[in-house]
Order: sequence, then C-alpha cells, then structure tokens
Amino acid sequence: MVNTRVELCGIPLDNPIIPASGTFGYGHEFAQIYDINCLGTFSFKGTTAQERFGNPTPRIAEYDRGLLNAVGLQNPGVDKVIGEELPKLERCFSKPVMANVSGFSVEEYVTVCRKLDQCPQVGWLEVNISCPNVHGGGMSFGTDPAMAASVTAAVKAVTTKPVIMKLSPNVTDITAIARACADAGADALSLINTVLGMRIDLKRRRPLLANTTGGMSGPGIFPLAVRMVYQVSQAVDIPVVGMGGVTTAEDVLEMMLAGATAVEVGAANLVDPYACRDLVAELPNAMERYGIETLNDIIGGAH
Amino acid sequence: MEKQDFRILVNRPLAQGIYEMVLVGDTSHITRPGQFLNFQLEGFYLRRPISVCDWTEETVTILYKVLGRGTQAMTQRKSGETMNLLTGLGNGYDMDKSGPQPLLVGGGVGIPPLYGLARRLRAQGKEVRAVLGFNTEREMFYVEKFCELGVQTAVATVDGSCGIRGMVTDAMAQIGPYSYLYTCGPEPMLRAVWQACRTSGQFSFEERMGCGFGACMGCSCKTKYGSKRICKDGPVLEKEEIVW
Repeated sequence: MVNTRVELCGIPLDNPIIPASGTFGYGHEFAQIYDINCLGTFSFKGTTAQERFGNPTPRIAEYDRGLLNAVGLQNPGVDKVIGEELPKLERCFSKPVMANVSGFSVEEYVTVCRKLDQCPQVGWLEVNISCPNVHGGGMSFGTDPAMAASVTAAVKAVTTKPVIMKLSPNVTDITAIARACADAGADALSLINTVLGMRIDLKRRRPLLANTTGGMSGPGIFPLAVRMVYQVSQAVDIPVVGMGGVTTAEDVLEMMLAGATAVEVGAANLVDPYACRDLVAELPNAMERYGIETLNDIIGGAH
Repeated sequence: MEKQDFRILVNRPLAQGIYEMVLVGDTSHITRPGQFLNFQLEGFYLRRPISVCDWTEETVTILYKVLGRGTQAMTQRKSGETMNLLTGLGNGYDMDKSGPQPLLVGGGVGIPPLYGLARRLRAQGKEVRAVLGFNTEREMFYVEKFCELGVQTAVATVDGSCGIRGMVTDAMAQIGPYSYLYTCGPEPMLRAVWQACRTSGQFSFEERMGCGFGACMGCSCKTKYGSKRICKDGPVLEKEEIVW
C-alpha cells in the first residue's frame, strides 16, 4: 500500500488533491454526485465582503488546450457564505475546507478573513491577490511585492488560521512576489492563478469575452505552472500549493516533484465533474508505476 | 446529472445546417422537456451543451445547428460511435402550469425542446398550439412532426418562403386565447415574445457555458429574484422573473 498523505501548514491531508477555487462552487454540485470527503480538501469560491454579480456574459471562451474565464468573482458575499453555504457544506463535508478570499482593498481582505477566522470548518485562508478579471483589485495586489506584503501582513494580523497567498503568473518575476509574501508572514503560497489571455470572434470582429480579456486555464498552461512552482519553491522556505492545468495523476506527481506540497485542480472539474474523485483513485496506481511509496517524500524531488 | 456513454444510432442532416442525432443509452436522468445534454468532443476542451429534443427509455434525440467548429465536428460522427455525455442538466419546463390550451413558440434551433414538450402535453390531453419560426423554408424542420402530434401548428419565415412572412410574434397575433406560453429561441425573439405574451409563461435561454452543471458561474444572469445560473437554475425562467 502506498501512502498518499501529506501535511499542509500542520493540517493533515489524506491526499494532496484539492479542487481549485471557482471550479467547485461551495461543494454542493459535486456532493450530489460523489462523496467529496474523498478529497484532500477543496478551495471554495472566491468570497468578498459584499455580494458580487460579476462580469457581463459571455464569460467563457475556449482554446484547444483549455478555457478562458472572466467570471469576475461572482459570489454571495461573506455573510451569506458563513450563514448559508457553510452550514449546508457541514452536512456533506467533514474535513477542514480551504476558504478562498478576494478583495478590492486591504481593508476588505481583512474584513473577510476576520469573519472566516471564526468558522471552525475553515482550515486555511487562501488569499487571492491574483484575480485577472476584476479591475482595481485582485491582481493589482499580486503584481507588486510591497502591496502583496501589505495584504499578507494585514491578514495575518487578524487570523490564527494558516494563510496561503495565491499568486498571479502575470508578473515578470514571481519569486519576488513570493519572497515578499513569505517575509510578511505567509504560511504557504499557492500558484498559479489563471494566465491573462484573450480570444477574438472572427464573425463579429470583436473580443469573444464581454470583459475583453480573461484568465486561461487548462492543460495548455501546465508547463508554465510547473516552471513557476519549481522556481518559487526554491525561492521560499514555506510550502507551495501547485496548480495550473493539472489533469492526470502523472501531472500531480510532476507538480510535487517541482516542489508542490499539495495540488489544486481547476479546469478539469468543469469538463468532467468526476475528475478529482478519479484523480484520488488513480494516484496510488501512478505512484506504483513510478516506484513511489510515500508521496510526501517526492516533494521538490526534482530540485 | 450523470456522466454516461451513449452510442450514436442516427446522425443525419435534416435541413440546411440542421442535423438530427439519435443516441442510445441510459436516459433515466432526463426528467423534464427543456433539459439539455453536454457533449464531449475529441479535439475540443469544453463540452457542447445541446437541448434534448425528445427521449424514450432507451434513446435520446437532439437537433443541432452547425454554428462553429464544434458542431461541425459533430456532423462527422458516425452511427455506432460512442459519445460521452452529461445528462439530465438544467431545470426544464414545468408542465403542471400549462393549463388546457398551452401555446408553444419556437425559433430556429430553439424549436427542438418544444417538440418533446408538445408530445408530453398532448399525451396529457392538452390542446396544444405551436408557432414555429424559421429564417427560410430551406432551414425548416419538424413542422410535420408537430402536426402529427395533433398540434395546431403555424409557421412564420423571415423571408416569407413558407407560412406567414415575418416573425413568430406576427403569427402569435393571429392566434386566439391560450392558457400558458412555453418558448425557446434566440434572445431577441424571446424578448419580443415576452412583450407579446398575454399569459404567464416559461422562457428557455441560451448562454455560453463552462461546465453546464452549476459549478463555474460562467453563464449567470440577473433575475428579479437575484442571479441565476442558466445551466443549473435555468435554462427555463419564469416570465415574471426575467430582467431584460
């Protein structure tokens, strides 16, 4: 029997598979078709202080190895998440959940994190400073080391839960942002968020997405994600959660060899709702194929 | 929702740019007319959402229009081949609201889900009338199939090549009282029908989707009662909740 257990910021995970924020809602759609307790955990939909409708449609476009989205952080707001979504989740998920937080100001990040800090179901706060689809917030915090550090420090000051800063790939040097977050007290980093992209409708001669640009995800960004996880995990001493186009159990192993302690899976959930369940089931087989007995041992093995 | 493999029985052109595909598989997750399927296609990342036209215990029929590379690729699939589908997606039409004399209004490739609805309403003994709109006669399909169900069917074509020249609303104007309205078609048509509709009704919408089952928030729309996901809370919305 192989051992798939890993530990993320002191919290044990049965396996490193974590559905990524924005592709798993608050868990209910998936809990209706399989027991989501098989997952390591999951990162719930990016949550802000107030309810947000998000961007106009079309919000979704496609490329041959993935999709682009410009949802724009649609969510019911933190109070409804705590009052309605988490109680519903409690009935179908017994593990600590990763709470994904977004904001348009340092104060908003602090407000949302302070409220989620009070929720026993929440294991980690994943702070998104990398959303490419909203203006005047999100990614602007994640593209400047000083601003990234200020969000990190402010959030750390209001919670005792582990804080994972979610980084953008849309920067010249991701290790500079990573170091700034680590120095400001981040407990872990997760990367990569989506890659800023664009498609144009040939018939209309206009951008396909109503938001003009959107975030690319899917297998087409996997090599970029592996490279960045490899670089960042060498630049900092805190755990890295790897994501970006992960589709197969081999991709999970590759991400961990690059330096990931756990692995988030995003786009794959949208084309196959059973993707993460099947990854969890397939992971031990892939480990056996590559002679891996203890998954934890291969983290950063390619360094 | 369920993910299942279906085997293609028939895949044939029906009218200009319109194909009919019949597939064999477990249809038990399809519970209402107006629901849709999400088709996996080799070489394409996202699935393609297509409405259910009709279904039996063993087969499901879809009618699809060639609009892009994905639907073009679907035309090349042969009988005997397997397709992976997500079935039982969307809320579908609520037939309990029809009253004794429902009116069905469909435009182009919005017509297919109304066929399955018409067949079931007729089985309940309802007096069903339909207005079917097309661009032109060459793109017409299923008119005779509606008539065979005993549905009193009016046709409108934009170029006047068959039936009334004009829009479905021009044909609606010539129809007597009805108890309820069900419709599906392009958004400008839905809006015109909404304005012309003299009863309550249900409107089926289309949007670019990511997942098709409510996870990604790609197809959200605003309604009077907050935001709804076209794929999961829709595609059928009540007339009274629609915000244009």
